[in-house]
Amino acid sequence: MPVEVRLPTVLRQHAGGQASVKANGETLEDVFVDLVRQFPGLAGQVVTEDGALHKFVNVYRNDDDVRYLDKLATKVADGDVISILPAVAGG
Amino acid sequence: MLRLTADVRRQMVDHCLAGLPEEACGLLGGTPDPADATVLYPTRNLAASARLYTVDPLEHLKADRDAEQRGLELIGVFHSHTHTDAYPSPTDVAQAPDPCWHYVLVSLKFADPVVRSFRIVDGTIDEEEVEVS
Repeated sequence: MPVEVRLPTVLRQHAGGQASVKANGETLEDVFVDLVRQFPGLAGQVVTEDGALHKFVNVYRNDDDVRYLDKLATKVADGDVISILPAVAGG
Repeated sequence: MLRLTADVRRQMVDHCLAGLPEEACGLLGGTPDPADATVLYPTRNLAASARLYTVDPLEHLKADRDAEQRGLELIGVFHSHTHTDAYPSPTDVAQAPDPCWHYVLVSLKFADPVVRSFRIVDGTIDEEEVEVS
């Protein structure tokens, strides 16, 4: 099922400069696998080698932070918007 | 160079003063080139600390959507230093997510707040001019 994935500026260079791309999958993990298949430069940028979400990104399914859903096992449906945002913090 | 509207500068300083004694933070919406910040998005500091800040990610998401609807984008972040200079701390440099962004610091060390802006690329800090129009 196609979902829209919105990329932060820092990742757009790996996706031909696009702010938004389409990807398929039943779960968030599927979507990110499909995303890396389309744009290999995104490998390791959102999901770690250990298969977890990077701590310096926040991922939303529509208005919900997926860390409070099922993380990478979160189900996605046709038309969902997945937003990837850099975690913004400092001191 | 980063240009701020007078309203954006005033709202930013007001948000930082209102956040005392903790650090305050928020995002800048505008055009990336030339770098004009025309909309300010004050956000909560989830760290609720006088030494650290974390932009509320849901407010970040909403700011990102609002900027896009206005035909703009998020071009940077600001936060206050309550008792130190308006210069990026080692934590700020280590956690700077985007080399395209403008990192604005508001120092409340003195009675008159000081606003400075920096680019942070590969751990290197470059100050840029701030023009208020």
